[in-house]
Amino acid sequence: MLAAFVKKETLHILRDKRTILIVLLIPIILLVLFGFALSLELKNIDIAIIAEHRTESIRQLAEKIEANPYFTYKRVINSGESDECLRRGDADAIIIFSKDFEKSLQRPTDKPVIEIITDASNPMNSNAAIGYLQSVIAGSISPIAEIHMLYNPQMSSAYTFVPGLMGMIFLLICAMITSISIVREKETGTMQVLLVSPAKPIYIVVAKMIPYCILSCLNLVTVLLLSKYLLHMPVENGWLGVCLISFLYIILSLSLGLLISSIAKNQVMALVLSAVVLLMPIMMLSGMIFPIENMPWLLQEISYIVPAKWYIEAVKKLMIEGLPFRSILTELLVLLGMTLFLVIISLKIFNRKKD
Amino acid sequence: MGTVTVENLKKSFGKVQAIAGISFETVAGEIFGIIGADGAGKSTLLQILVTLLTPSGGSGTILGYDIFKDYRKIRTLVGYMPERFSLYPDLTVEENLQFFTKLFNVRQSSEDLSLNTFARQLIPFKNRRAGKLSGGMKQKLALSCALVHNPQLLILDEPTRGVDPISRTEFWQKLISLRDSGKTIIVTTSYMDEANLCDRIAFCDQGRFLLTDSPQSIINKEKEPIYAIRGSNMFRLLQTVRQWERTKACYTFGDTLHLRIDKGYSTDELLHFLKNSGCPDVSIQAIKANIEDCFMQLVNNPEKAETTIN
Repeated sequence: MLAAFVKKETLHILRDKRTILIVLLIPIILLVLFGFALSLELKNIDIAIIAEHRTESIRQLAEKIEANPYFTYKRVINSGESDECLRRGDADAIIIFSKDFEKSLQRPTDKPVIEIITDASNPMNSNAAIGYLQSVIAGSISPIAEIHMLYNPQMSSAYTFVPGLMGMIFLLICAMITSISIVREKETGTMQVLLVSPAKPIYIVVAKMIPYCILSCLNLVTVLLLSKYLLHMPVENGWLGVCLISFLYIILSLSLGLLISSIAKNQVMALVLSAVVLLMPIMMLSGMIFPIENMPWLLQEISYIVPAKWYIEAVKKLMIEGLPFRSILTELLVLLGMTLFLVIISLKIFNRKKD
Repeated sequence: MGTVTVENLKKSFGKVQAIAGISFETVAGEIFGIIGADGAGKSTLLQILVTLLTPSGGSGTILGYDIFKDYRKIRTLVGYMPERFSLYPDLTVEENLQFFTKLFNVRQSSEDLSLNTFARQLIPFKNRRAGKLSGGMKQKLALSCALVHNPQLLILDEPTRGVDPISRTEFWQKLISLRDSGKTIIVTTSYMDEANLCDRIAFCDQGRFLLTDSPQSIINKEKEPIYAIRGSNMFRLLQTVRQWERTKACYTFGDTLHLRIDKGYSTDELLHFLKNSGCPDVSIQAIKANIEDCFMQLVNNPEKAETTIN
């Protein structure tokens, strides 16, 4: 009988082309968006230079800027052009070398004078540009003080997002879609027939979960492949651990979906419940966007019951910090407990006859 | 012992009493119709009978099994078609039938299929999605799915709502042949013409059965004359007739008005009254009361219902 149920659910999923497309594309789109387009770092800062004499050291600096992936070296402009250039957006920052720049380099007593003009209409970008420029210029002009970048800035913001995204994607797909599919059956009256049939309620529930579980595992594979080959995450041997804890999290999300479906009376309510009651706290309280350490005491306490917080924490440890599997034992146990709790509660509610 | 026996069944949702004490018994091989307006408690009653809901009070047995204790057993023996039952629109006719067959743990043999004449009619459409079937076809498929395990008791909640007249007739022919094969059918409907096809009917209003009897004897018991009135401006006519002091009840029935008047008065006086009130060209005709007239009478005069039952 279970096989018949699973077949039926699989057909539902396969026939609903739009949903399956969305489900499979969401992780890819989100990963690519957060990984590249929505990067917090500034890239492609357009740089123009004003210099009266093109001396050797200025030429060297220009080359360095050109070689740096953060900058796009535009051209040398005249001093009168600078305002116009910024206003038109031709350059985000202009470096002005003073007339006696070359000479001042020779005399250690004089400080070389370099002006940097930036378009500060976006203060964040302008600050970042100045920061980058200063380090590049300092490294080029006084070669004694070498500047090391202790982190790998090029990719850093891309992969700090991955664990948070995973926490969100699985919850979104498992909880939202499972609950909607169960509530849909309530609406069309088929659930009543299933319930009065000899089939045990647990079959109905497990059969609902299996196809979505497979779908989510498919998504897990996509996400992991993208993280490895597109974002080049340096996960050496944590893959198995990530898969294990993700699988647990998927089961947890599925039972959350089941719980929602027992509360919600119609599909719209199921959607709202999963979006508002589940998604919002996960975005806000899981540490995905805002660091938990910075939150007021009460919110920190609440964050302990958000499953995504534990999951994201564990995935961070494994994928980003590269810690061994035993370091996530706490998270694993907490999630296991939460999953058991939710599975039991939601089965109880589902099993209960209406009275 | 009856197929279904319930005694003083009650069901409340919070403060709302949906079923206020219903007792009835059905015998094997009858079509038992429950007639009533929306919200009368029909669906709730059926949901209790199929053990989806637990009653707040009363007792009952289905095919000899207790509705409180033996609900698992009852579920294997009853065929149920809920209100708005629409199967799985994204599965084909065949997939729907297969799924329900497996659901009820039935080993499908060719014999079963030939018994299920509706299912046979559906063979040409077996690869069509259930959602693409016409309303009548959908109901046939739904009934076929409810019949896969050859239940002795069928409980159908407004199975013909929104179905065209021809399909309704076919559907009822099927119900009658099922009854003739010995099955008991409990069906709710709001179509009065379907009420006449039932062996016995119960009028349900505000969670009570006002009257339970065969349609024929309900009609025969009705002694008061009913008048059918026809005229040009029906709305105005209705308003005017209701103003006449001898009018007991007047309501629209199709394209006519049905009227009951106080005893000892004739319709000539009404004609006169109507002429004076600016409603000429009216024809009045004495007719035999039909099921709907009896229902209207009972709903409007519930105190009469008690006496009829006794």
